[in-house]
Amino acid sequence: MKENKIVNQLKSQAIWIVLVALVIVFTIANPRFISPSNLLTLLRQVSMYGIASIGMTFVILLGDIDLSTGTIISFVNIICAYMMVNMGLNPVIAVIISLIAATLIGVLNGFMVSTIGIPAIIATYATQTAFYGLALIICGGMPISGFSKGFAVIGQGYVGIVPIPVIIMAICFIIGAFILNKTYFGRYFYAVGGNVEAAKLSGIRVSRIKYLVFAISGFFAGLAGIVMLSRTASGNASSGADGFEFEVITCVVLGGVSVTGGVGRMSGVVAGTFIIGALKNGMVLMNVNSYVQKIVMGVVLAIAVGFDCMQNKKRSN
Amino acid sequence: MSEEYVLQLQHIRKEYPGVVALKDVTLELKKGEILALIGENGAGKSTLIKCCSGAVIPTSGKIIVNNKEFTSMTPQLAAENGIAIIYQEFNNVKELSAAENLFLGRPIRKGIVVDKAAMEKEAAKAFERLHIKINPKALMKDLTVGYQQMVEIAKAIQQNANILIMDEPSAPLTSAEVESMFEVVEQLRAEGVSIIYISHRLDEIYRLSDRIVVIRDGEYVKTLITEKSHVQELIQLMVGRELTQTYPPRGDCIDKNEVFLELKNVTGNGDKNINLKVHKGEILGLGGLVGAGRTELAEMIFGAARKESGQMIFKGKEINPKSPREAIDLGVALVPEDRKRHGAMLGISIKNNINMPIYERNSTLSVIDSKKEWEIAEKYEKNMAIKTPSLNQLVKNLSGGNQQKVILGRWLAADSELIIFDEPTRGIDVGAKYEIYKLMNDLVEKEGKAILMISSEMEELMGMSDRIVVLAEGNQTGELQKEEFSQETIMAFASAAKVEEVE
Repeated sequence: MKENKIVNQLKSQAIWIVLVALVIVFTIANPRFISPSNLLTLLRQVSMYGIASIGMTFVILLGDIDLSTGTIISFVNIICAYMMVNMGLNPVIAVIISLIAATLIGVLNGFMVSTIGIPAIIATYATQTAFYGLALIICGGMPISGFSKGFAVIGQGYVGIVPIPVIIMAICFIIGAFILNKTYFGRYFYAVGGNVEAAKLSGIRVSRIKYLVFAISGFFAGLAGIVMLSRTASGNASSGADGFEFEVITCVVLGGVSVTGGVGRMSGVVAGTFIIGALKNGMVLMNVNSYVQKIVMGVVLAIAVGFDCMQNKKRSN
Repeated sequence: MSEEYVLQLQHIRKEYPGVVALKDVTLELKKGEILALIGENGAGKSTLIKCCSGAVIPTSGKIIVNNKEFTSMTPQLAAENGIAIIYQEFNNVKELSAAENLFLGRPIRKGIVVDKAAMEKEAAKAFERLHIKINPKALMKDLTVGYQQMVEIAKAIQQNANILIMDEPSAPLTSAEVESMFEVVEQLRAEGVSIIYISHRLDEIYRLSDRIVVIRDGEYVKTLITEKSHVQELIQLMVGRELTQTYPPRGDCIDKNEVFLELKNVTGNGDKNINLKVHKGEILGLGGLVGAGRTELAEMIFGAARKESGQMIFKGKEINPKSPREAIDLGVALVPEDRKRHGAMLGISIKNNINMPIYERNSTLSVIDSKKEWEIAEKYEKNMAIKTPSLNQLVKNLSGGNQQKVILGRWLAADSELIIFDEPTRGIDVGAKYEIYKLMNDLVEKEGKAILMISSEMEELMGMSDRIVVLAEGNQTGELQKEEFSQETIMAFASAAKVEEVE
């Protein structure tokens, strides 16, 4: 058992070792990689994934999946931009309404998964498709731009040398870790994901937990959408399309959250997100062809999930 | 004399790591007879028939079919030698027709396409032969359970089976369907088919069988000629083991004036009109065979299933829990039978397992009071004597007995007053069993709790209970006071079910 402990310790840190190794490799390939300004750029690039990964982590901990993340980002982009530009709403109010809308889309996912019983992969895919269509209708397929300077701060501002999106991401990770470790909701997520029957018989209202988790996932996706809107200064229906949610899923499972549910830590997801950031940034610095980058990301996802599934196989034997 | 027998099982022994499921069982089946195979839950009946079907390879012993000797069977060998088994769960495809099911896996073909018409014609012939009226074109899902079973039997006969093994064939059927099944079985016997008939229902065995083989705890007990045997004798043979195990003594702690749980005509979830009372300080045993509806009753009390009618009164108040959460908050707890699937959360620490039902109580604005969390975990680690190096240990790393203690600790932490144990010591080794029994005694004696204990182990049921209520097929068939406890009476109640189906 002792040996197991050491192995487990190593395994739980393995992801950080991988991150350090990546940083070393990229630094050797191009010393510019390690410069503080590049590292901050790297973090800013992954901040949207990081923010969205909080909710995705909870969803995957339950053993479910949320494919609507990218569409929620697109949808929030469009409605927030529309409210500010076409309706002349105060940005603060527009942002609050957008976040509520994003959360409600999550609640809709929760309803389909929990109350109706549609498998999460289908339910959230349906949401993804439908709300993408709705976003396109609202904007007529055209980008919306022309926001106030104040709004631009969220995505483009700095505190000292640190970009504000990175600060938002950091706060989100702290909130995520807090929910997971300090509140009973966190305990419930692990219990439901680990053994839904036993969780029910321990008095957990599983249905409520599913609603809650999908709502949280919607909220953080919405927040990521706001950051993106501010950063790009243009509301675009395609901003979250092209598989944004899969990048987020990759961050989460790379961080050691088991796709079968019940296992994972927030710190791992932080590392997973940084790895994705390092890979993307490093490959650009190395002038890797963007098509090849896609291949690399696919391979990384397969390896991450494959590693997890091998662990599960061992566990069940 | 061996030509008299179509099937002989000689000195069959089957060992699993740590358990001997069958010890030296011998059984002989004559041509054209119905041989009943009876024994309690876990006596080894299923293992024995699996040896015939090839699903289980015996450790030693011989299987002689039509004078051919085998040390073990394979499903294919069994089929080639005319052995067919009708399981409780049918092997059919609901979306295909009766005819197609009859020829499942070996369809009549015309070139590369299946010849439906030919199969339907053959099926009609097969059904005709058994005098059963089934439209070969009817989809399996549209047939009643009784007819689906007939298709299974017809399929066996169609494949030239001359040895038919039927595992509790009457269990899923209504009484009218049972009647027609009997007719088919009797007709098959008249045609020279040999049948091994497994059933808990003694009346059926007397009605159908020629001879009866009794096994108990994996051992062959006796073969009886049905006509010359009596029900009493049969029950005695089934349960007649010596009671050797001792149980920790318990003082008289029943408070007759305080009824914790009372059920009045509770119906639902497969149970009908259940009436019982559990007093403070009492252990009420719930006896019966597997599938008697005991777990289903527990589910209703615990809010995991809904009752249809009747009243449940807990400490003087009528309750109707819609979820386990509600039941837990009222003070009802369930220690489930399948510890790994329903009880412990294996991938979660001992501390979290113990605290799981009470996190909401010990949180402020959903933030857990972690000091209290530790205190509670430590308290019940000590009280339950859970053996672990750390409370952060995952429950899957504990032994069965210690897992059970974690679950018990959980319910005590939740201030439960009625604790339902569903098979409290299943899969727990002997030493740890005694500890669990002592804990159960402490619960009623020192803590003033009440226990409803479901147990299929006769010894445990009699050794631990103050009173026993027996269920059979969802009906309450008897209640015994401590001085009336006997294996025979309990067994008689457990198998005495006469189902009155309302159609």
